[in-house]
Amino acid sequence: MTTATARELSFGQAINEAIRQEMRRDPTIVVMGEDIAGGAGRAHLGFVDAWGGPLRATRGLITEFGPDRVLDTPIAEMGFLGAGVGAAMSGLRPIVEIMFVDLIGCCYDQIMNQAAKMHYMMGGQVDLPLVIRTAYGTRGGDNPTYGGGAGAQHSQTLYAVLAHIPGLKVVVPSTAYNAKGLTIAAIRDNGPVIVLEHKFLGLRAKGPVPEEAYTVPIGRAQIVRKGRDVTLCGIGRMTHICSEAAESLLTEGIDAEVVDVLTISPLDEDTILESVSRTRRLVVVDEDTPTASVARDIAARVADKGFDNLDAPIKTVTAPDTPVPFAAVLEAHYTPGAAQVISAVHSLFGTGA
Amino acid sequence: MPSGEQLLWMYEHLTLIREFEERLKWLVETGVPVGAVHYYTGQEACAVGVCAALEPSDWITSTHRGHGHCIAKGVEVHRMMAELYGKSTGSNRGKGGSMHITDVRVGMLGVNPIVGMGATHAVGAALSAKVRKTQQVAASFFGEGAAGIGAVHEAMNLAAIWKLPVVFVCENNGYAQSTPVEYALSVPRISDRAAAYNMPGITVDGQDVLAVWEVAVAAVDRARAGQGPSLIECMTYRYYGHHQGDDTRRYRSIEEEEGARSRDCIRKFRAQLLEQRTVQEEELDAIDAASRKKIDDAVAFAEASPLPQPADLFTHVYVAETRREQE
Repeated sequence: MTTATARELSFGQAINEAIRQEMRRDPTIVVMGEDIAGGAGRAHLGFVDAWGGPLRATRGLITEFGPDRVLDTPIAEMGFLGAGVGAAMSGLRPIVEIMFVDLIGCCYDQIMNQAAKMHYMMGGQVDLPLVIRTAYGTRGGDNPTYGGGAGAQHSQTLYAVLAHIPGLKVVVPSTAYNAKGLTIAAIRDNGPVIVLEHKFLGLRAKGPVPEEAYTVPIGRAQIVRKGRDVTLCGIGRMTHICSEAAESLLTEGIDAEVVDVLTISPLDEDTILESVSRTRRLVVVDEDTPTASVARDIAARVADKGFDNLDAPIKTVTAPDTPVPFAAVLEAHYTPGAAQVISAVHSLFGTGA
Repeated sequence: MPSGEQLLWMYEHLTLIREFEERLKWLVETGVPVGAVHYYTGQEACAVGVCAALEPSDWITSTHRGHGHCIAKGVEVHRMMAELYGKSTGSNRGKGGSMHITDVRVGMLGVNPIVGMGATHAVGAALSAKVRKTQQVAASFFGEGAAGIGAVHEAMNLAAIWKLPVVFVCENNGYAQSTPVEYALSVPRISDRAAAYNMPGITVDGQDVLAVWEVAVAAVDRARAGQGPSLIECMTYRYYGHHQGDDTRRYRSIEEEEGARSRDCIRKFRAQLLEQRTVQEEELDAIDAASRKKIDDAVAFAEASPLPQPADLFTHVYVAETRREQE
């Protein structure tokens, strides 16, 4: 009855394995970013691989692939991401790490004017096989002891400003399994793909991960829990919050379905609409701020294309329209948690507060 | 000295760029809707001198004032003209326009109107050459206005620390739109900035195609030999406004403009060639006539070409093919 225990990897280890396996089979893949190896240029003193990126996702790559393919960069996001764009246009498949998504302001032109538009404005002449990996999110949640304490400029979930730009694919993995599969899919894609990795998951989430290389398709959401009464639509870490809320709701007789969005652009409308057509209720849970957000975009699309299937208004559970606060207690209050999701579901059924 | 063949190549491309831009100006003034354009007229020797020092497999990146760079690197003028007309036969299928002309087949990695970005892309192309061990060089053209933007400085630092085969070519035409260089630059010469990145920096007369060629050859040789990047500053002048709608009278004097035109790069080079008796006047006249004919043909091709179809709006948003697994 019981099968052999599947091998478990952390989220960061899964991404590391994805990059490593792809680099082994394709010599044109290079990795660039700040401290992605660490201690650059100090090999003669015995310092190699001192850091490995914020999620340790690039740890050990330099010892296997060498400093020509694993490039620690100076602090110059505009410069090295631009180098990634130029390299992708001229025969390499660069994986560029922007340490935190909060730093995209330093290189946003390379993302929104350059990488996203090259293929289109050049009339299809160039492919742009570029992967941008970046960490996002607060480390907070329901438990104030998880307060990250990184404050307003190192804790954001700035993906709406990426999803807004045509030409970019933007994926947000939620488990070690789909982190590996989406990373490999991103590397194999011939256009620019941004992979947003939640800090909380990156350092903690463990799960079964097959050893062989595999892809999780970009542009497809996944129903991770079947249910009849309400669809909870989560992005990244919020998918876990949705599942937590679903467990709790079941004890009071509400059977929630959970959809993991996985790709926020291009969005898999069909899976969400299909789910809502069965459950007839929708709560979208998003860690980003709500104005002009992915959550409201999903809500608007379902209102537009699935209105006849709805028995109740669409609810969104998001961070508030404020900067991310520093104090752990405030950060926990800022970050959407299961309690808010449950409360939103109650409002759809006319129960609770 | 360049070979006789190279000298004629230079003359041919100087005149072809001039003809292209003069015809374009005439088209704009007669109301042909070619979009936003930035004439390169006056600066031809910079593009031609540098590209004469490059191999066909080398790369360039360019600026909003990019027609000259495209022609000097070998982009066909009829495909450029069709692009300006917004036709589906254009270099970018009518989806780019003047400020995005690209032809990767000849190493032209793109006109780029976000000032300074091309320098970072040249660094990436040079990194690609280094990793793939292809011996290619990337030359990045930018204006003196771009010398103030961080991207260019980040690009220079990266190229220097990684010893990449990049040639940074700053065309100092004196004005960033209407802002004069002496206002916006903290040092006397842009080439002084090279010292900050531990690379050779040289200022050259950008109206003298042979002088540009000579310093470009040295920089390209150095890059190809794995010794890293160089910075060349070409002192030049744009004859017309920043773009087709800009009246230079609002910020430059007639005397200044006439002074610059008296040092015209094509007239100067033609006189040099005739003085050296390397070529007959009739040969140069024939090249002039051939350039005019090429531009006539380019305009005719552009006018006769089909417009894009509405469905083309939706193609090339994403790269269609994803690489298959190579098990």
